[in-house]
This record gives sequence, structure tokens and C-alpha cells, in this order.
Amino acid sequence: MTSLNPYLPDMATILETVQETHNIKTFRVRLDNPARMAAFTFQPGQVGQLSVFGVGESTFVINSPPTRMDYLQFSVMRAGEVTAALHGLVAGDKVGVRAPLGNHFPCESMKGKDIVFIGGGIGMAPLRTLLLYMLDNRADYGSITLLYGARSPDDMAFKAELPEWLSRKDMNTVLTIDREAPGWEHKVGLIPNVLRELAPSPEKAVAVTCGPPIMIKFTLQALKELGFGDEQIVTTLEKRMKCGVGLCGRCNIGDKYVCVDGPVFTCAELKTLPNEL
Amino acid sequence: METARFLPESSLTGWLAELASSADLLVPRRVGDAVVFAPYDPAVPLELSRDATTPPKACVFPACEELLRYVRTKDADDPSRTGLTVEETLPTGSRVVFGSRPCGTRGFTVYDRVFDAEGLRDPYYAARRAATAFVTLACREAGNACFCHWVGSGPADAQGSDVLLTQVPGGYVAQAVTDKGAALVRSPLMAPVGKHEGEARAAQAKALESLDSAQDVSPAREALLAAFDDMDFWTRMSAKCISCGACTYLCPTCYCFNVTDEAQGNEGSRLRTWDNCMSHQFTLEASGHNPRPTKAHRLKNRVGHKFSYYPGIHGGAIACCGCGRCIKSCPAGVDIREIVLAAMERASARPQEQAS
Repeated sequence: MTSLNPYLPDMATILETVQETHNIKTFRVRLDNPARMAAFTFQPGQVGQLSVFGVGESTFVINSPPTRMDYLQFSVMRAGEVTAALHGLVAGDKVGVRAPLGNHFPCESMKGKDIVFIGGGIGMAPLRTLLLYMLDNRADYGSITLLYGARSPDDMAFKAELPEWLSRKDMNTVLTIDREAPGWEHKVGLIPNVLRELAPSPEKAVAVTCGPPIMIKFTLQALKELGFGDEQIVTTLEKRMKCGVGLCGRCNIGDKYVCVDGPVFTCAELKTLPNEL
Repeated sequence: METARFLPESSLTGWLAELASSADLLVPRRVGDAVVFAPYDPAVPLELSRDATTPPKACVFPACEELLRYVRTKDADDPSRTGLTVEETLPTGSRVVFGSRPCGTRGFTVYDRVFDAEGLRDPYYAARRAATAFVTLACREAGNACFCHWVGSGPADAQGSDVLLTQVPGGYVAQAVTDKGAALVRSPLMAPVGKHEGEARAAQAKALESLDSAQDVSPAREALLAAFDDMDFWTRMSAKCISCGACTYLCPTCYCFNVTDEAQGNEGSRLRTWDNCMSHQFTLEASGHNPRPTKAHRLKNRVGHKFSYYPGIHGGAIACCGCGRCIKSCPAGVDIREIVLAAMERASARPQEQAS
């Protein structure tokens, strides 16, 4: 954040939107100030606050990678007032952007490792940033496995990119849905069970996971069974946030503020925090 | 800085007029049966005999303030396009807060560490804080809910103040604490301090003696963490609480806030308002999930923040000034001192249990 006023958003224009699912919409935005856009830097995993003026602000991960700076992408699941207002916006509309906020995935220390992405539902958004970043720096990383699950084929976001991810020779993509659906040619089953079936080796590997709390709970169990240590599991948290700069008092877990000290934590780090997820 | 001078009682009104001539002067005044900080009016008497019902917090950190203002405008050439301008609305003006007690003023030092820190400066808070001078009145005796001495303070603590006034026979000893304060006591109405300096020291010592013996609450930092998962403990501690938030709104060190937008037609404001961490909605997420689902969780966070998490981040400084407003004003009789002591007692009864 280079602005002197941490509450003052950059004005941005929506270039394009993608209706990903019935309740997830993607926004591609550029900051209106060309110098600010040119100077914008961030790391995969960092988040931003999107403003709809007159309605409010909410926090979303920047899900385009820093290696592709034509625009900043945010994917928004409709859940409350601000997200409903965002869903009403179209190309050309203005939003406020306060970004980047928070910490990021440990991209440096992941170099040379085999990467296992496990994403559930809208939890795929932060993983997308890191996945594309790694694909753009492919030589720096070992094998890349993506396990992406959603309730049904209709609930799967980033559909336009799935064929490419499935066909790429330098990554292994596995898609799963909870229950059989006509025309579905991929896995059927809950993410943790499909993960057990895939059985990625924990050797020199890092698992990166994000999704609904119940999925995370059982995915962590599965990873543990597969031999992944707490330091080898990275996740990114979500909390209700307002200020985004560690002041307003909502997102703390003990003395850690998810908006500043997070949202990215290893399982080992999470275990040192009080139990208040 | 040891610039002490003597203000004769007969010159108090004159000095207040002087203070009011260059800045907005806020003083404790009786309104109904409450004492609140309000603009100085020579026709209305001050109420200095007891601490104010509401602390001076709002003088620097208003209950509601505008952060930004936005205006939408239609593009004259293409009415389907809407332009948007956003401007920050930084506070202006300067003020002197007269007659706050040491605890209420010292509360701002808790805010200073987070709102005006290296790497993050809240420009709204910082502007008001820099443009506000505190002329604090030392306490003459302890009230029944006072525990400033538990949290590293005392009845003549000058931390956060610019001038510390101590009442002595015939007037006040005015001790400048900062450069800003030195400028205020340079008034021609002030006399050399002389023998009054000794009288002030004696008055301060007497006030200190009126407090009961202090409890060392530094072990609470570990003890509260150790009790984190003991929800039976927190359910007992919070049983009386009705989640009304009186404690948070009246607290000189509570600073949780909300940010909301208010629209009027094509324009509107982004506002910051005090929030209440004791409310269920405070951490409620859009999905319906709530990481602090019960009042037991919320009270745990409130007490934990003040006596454990904040001290952990800020070199042991406790985020409580010991003013006792939360105790005096709680309609249900919750006493934060009892909770802190109970957590410490719980920890010493289980020495084998380490904070995780």
C-alpha cells in the first residue's frame, strides 16, 4: 500500500466480467491512474478490498498473478450486501480498490518443491493466483498437481481455463464433484477422498489448500494420513474484515491479525494460534 | 521537562478563556446527572469534582467520523456512463481538552501505538491527536472502581498529557509535560510555583495512598492464553453479561470500529463508527459462520486483547487504563478485575498447563 491514507481506495474501472457460476462472478479491473497501475506490485495470495461506493467494501484475493498485469482479477461469490452490489456491476463501472493487503504464499521457499493444490468451491480463487504464477515460472517448481472440487459441474468456476489445465503436460489436473451429474467425465467424490485416491507423495512436496471449513478439516486429515507435515501444508484464511490494516478488531485470532499477519498461514503456524477459526 | 507553574484559583477562568481563544476548548460539564466533555462556555460551571461519565476518547477518536466523500456524475456526452470522484475528508482544527483525569488521557497512548505507528499511520487519528492538547487534572483520591495502579499508572500519571494540573490550596500546580504543554503554561496568568510544588507532591502522594494495594496483572498475559480453550471458564465469566456494549463504548482504550457507507442520491460518505466487539454481528461472516459465536467467546476476546494480546504485541503495555468505567456502568455487574484475577488464579492452580 503506497497511499498515505490507508482508507483511500484507488479508483478502478471494470474492463470485463465473467459469470463463472450462478453465484460467482469474476471482475477484471484496472486502476484509473496509469502511474499507479504501472507501479502496482503484489505477491500471490495478497488480497484487496473492493468498494462499491454507497454500499461498502469487502475483501477478496487478487486471483490474477503478478506475472500477468494487464488487469487485476477478483472473483466474488454473492453472499452479502457488498457482493450483491458487485454482482450488479458491468464493464465500464467504477469500483474502489485498496490493495495489496496482507501477506502472501511462500513462493520463494516453495521453489524446487512438488506442489499439490487442493481447492474447493470459491477456495479455488487464491489457488489460481499461485497456480498461474508457478506456470509462468514453471522451471522454478517441481511437479504441479491440481485437485479442484465443486458441488456440481455448474458450481465450478474458471470453466474457460479448465480445458487448458486438463490438457497441459506440465501439470496434472483432477476435477471432482460431490455427486454424479450427466455428461461429467471426471471424478465424483468428496475432495478428501479423491485426494487419498491420488495419494500424492509428501516427499519434497507442499500442499496448498483453500475451501470451505468442513472441506479443510477433512482435507487436513487426509494430508496427514498421506504423510504431509504441518510445515508442508499452506492455507489461506477468510475472516470478516473492515479496515484491512490491523486496526478495527474483527479478524484477530489472539494477537495475530488475519488481514496483516495473514491470510496465508502454514498448518504449523495455525497450530501456534489460539483455536478461534 | 520540569516546567511547573502555579495557577491561582482566581485565574482559572482567565486561563480557560486564553485556551479557548486559540483552539476549541472542551471541558467536563454536568449534563443531567452525567458529566461529559463539551465545548467551554464561561456561563456554565465546570464539573471537576468527579471523573467524567464518558471519557475524552471522542475528542480525538469520534464516535462517528467521515473518512471519504464520493460523488457520482453523469457523463454529459454519454449518459450511460457515470463518473465517480472520491475525496478524503481529513479533520481540521485544533482543540484543548481540559480536566480529563490521568486514566482517560493515558488511554490515548494505547491508541498511539496502533494508530500512529511506524509503517501505518491512520491520518484521521494522527491529525486530531497532533492538534489536541490535554490539560489533565490529577486525582485527589481513588474512586471505588479505580484500578489505574494495577495497569502501570496512578492518580498523577502524566502519560499522554501535555499539562498535568494538581490541585493545591488556593489553586493548581500546572506541570508542562510536552512542548505543547510548555506553551500553554507560559501564560502571564501563571505565577512561579514556589512552595506549591511541594504541596502538589504531597497531594499526589496522598492520592496514591488512597488506593488499595495494587495487583500485579502481568501474569494475565499467559494465564488468559492458557484459559483460551476452557469455555466453561468463559461461560462462567460471561454469565452475567448482556452484550450491551456499555463497557466498550465507555472505555478509553477500546478502539474497535466499523466502516460503512451512507448514500444520499448520487453522493455519499464512507464513515467510521465505534463498534462493539461484544455484539454477535461484529465477527459474523456473510456465510453465516461466526468465529466468536457466543458472548463467552466475545468477552474472552475483549479481556484477552486488553491483558494478553495487546501487551504481547506492544512490549507488555496493558490496553486498559484502569478507570473503572466498565465496572461502574455495567448494568449486569461484570467486573473485568475479577475476570483477570480469576484467569490468573486458574493458571496458578494448574501450573502444569502451558499456554499453547
